[in-house]
Amino acid sequence: MLYTIFIAPFAEYEFMRRALVGTFALVLGAGPVGVFLMLRRMSLVGDAMAHAILPGAAIGFLVSGLSLFAMTLGGLIAGFTVALLAGLVARVTEIKEDASLATFYLVSLALGVIIVSVRGTNVDLLHVLFGTVLALDDQTLLLMATIGSLTLVVLALIYRPLVLECVDPGFLGSVSKTGAAAHLAFLALVVMNLVGGFHALGTLLAVGIMILPAAIARFWARDVTAMILIAIVSGVVAGYAGLLLSFYTSVPSGPAIILFVGALYAMSVLFGRVGGVVRQIFPGRHLEA
Amino acid sequence: MMFSRRSLLAAVLALATFAHFDQAAAQEKLKVVASFSILGDFVKNVGGDRVQVVTLVGPNGDAHVFSPSPADAKQLSDAKIVFVNALGFEGWITRLVKASGTKAPIIVATKGVKPRRMDRGEHDGGSDPHAWQSVANAKVYVANIRDALIAADPAGKAAFEANAKAYLAKLDALEADLKAVIAKVPADRRKIITTHDAFGYFKDAYGIDFIAPVGVSTDSEPSAKDVAKIINQIKTQKIPAVFLENISDARLVTRISKETGAKIGGTLYSDALTDEKGDAPTYIDMVRHNIRTLGVALTS
Repeated sequence: MLYTIFIAPFAEYEFMRRALVGTFALVLGAGPVGVFLMLRRMSLVGDAMAHAILPGAAIGFLVSGLSLFAMTLGGLIAGFTVALLAGLVARVTEIKEDASLATFYLVSLALGVIIVSVRGTNVDLLHVLFGTVLALDDQTLLLMATIGSLTLVVLALIYRPLVLECVDPGFLGSVSKTGAAAHLAFLALVVMNLVGGFHALGTLLAVGIMILPAAIARFWARDVTAMILIAIVSGVVAGYAGLLLSFYTSVPSGPAIILFVGALYAMSVLFGRVGGVVRQIFPGRHLEA
Repeated sequence: MMFSRRSLLAAVLALATFAHFDQAAAQEKLKVVASFSILGDFVKNVGGDRVQVVTLVGPNGDAHVFSPSPADAKQLSDAKIVFVNALGFEGWITRLVKASGTKAPIIVATKGVKPRRMDRGEHDGGSDPHAWQSVANAKVYVANIRDALIAADPAGKAAFEANAKAYLAKLDALEADLKAVIAKVPADRRKIITTHDAFGYFKDAYGIDFIAPVGVSTDSEPSAKDVAKIINQIKTQKIPAVFLENISDARLVTRISKETGAKIGGTLYSDALTDEKGDAPTYIDMVRHNIRTLGVALTS
């Protein structure tokens, strides 16, 4: 009984297994990256960069259709360009980084939509915006797994400066020069994970699987390591549940996954151990000696 | 103000005069209107040089959802004959004919075709209008068109009869080829899964089964449930080929094909011809393209 409901869809259909593995690979990289994005108050930067990927991927699409390589390369280039340009504009002009990012991502979104429409139809546009987690082929899976593994390795390498920069950038600057390098490497990881996520969830939702699990984790832990673990676990749970939801109710898969992370987030806001609403209203007994 | 309005009026009048001259030049030919591109192709073949054909729904157009413009009404009122498919194909034509006030006779090209019930799709339960998908019916169309043209232009009788005879011979050859291709397909492989609902006559005449994916909405992004259903159906009914044009993401169709072993078919044309550059600029090209595509997908 339980088997037929929860396991059988994946045992029976290869495309479901692929979707599940793809989501796991994605969450493994995107979860930790999301936690650091959140801790550094860069959640919106992630959002902006996700949109910035669109014109790059669209140019790839224009050149060679729904090809994995062209769209990945285009997305990477566009993502890096916007990340660097937005930082540059914020540094050399009066405008603040959030405003400059907002500008860049709106322009990228408009540009991307126009580029896709030049060659394809509205349906193509939907594929680029929302992805197709059900149609992951070998190459795409490999790409996503590679990005996930690479992310974990690089994060392990830059973990110390990264955490320190979240906590006390001034101190890090005084004791080490690795801060800038770590920051750049981290930005690269963000772009890579967004591009990986974009194949499964599309440019609009890819950032969701990055930011939302991190936000959930924030409600359950104070410790960075614990947060990373919780982010990954909640992403995995939502990916699995979202796919099942799509399997039984025929709602589109990508949005179903994100919706599930959203539901987890709502629950965390209410009942989270760290700063959840219920916890704040009923703080519990103070420990007394 | 007056001046500009007057000049505008003059301009409009001048244009109207030009338009009139234009017509006068073309008046030597018999001007006829056909409701859609396939019918228009038949009329062109029978009418030859003596007839000028205007099709209301052009190449690649969808006659089901066509919304006529004032220019179409004008075409109708100028026409000497109006050819329609009827059988519920052009629901809009009756009103358009009334609105245009045309004196032209309305010729139903499917007269004499034995209508079949629609299995599914937009004319559910009603008669299936896609009669031209059987070449035998196409010959009925041609005979009707020939008779109507002769009635309207008796001087061209010999030419119309010769054209029709030549074209009917081509259709015979086409049907023979078609049957030869299908004969090569083993009987248990003569079925495909597709969202097309326009091949009922084709199925009756040539014995290839067009099976609809059950319970799958065709307009929105397919969900995991939809994909699973399609895969199940292909496996249980042992369908050798899939023609899923509405799932535009090629990767998803590839996935389905890999998981079921069914071959991916190409494009089938049903309701409209393509333009000159496309695969199916004429009826004969269209049937040949469809049969080639089916043959490749079902044999091997």
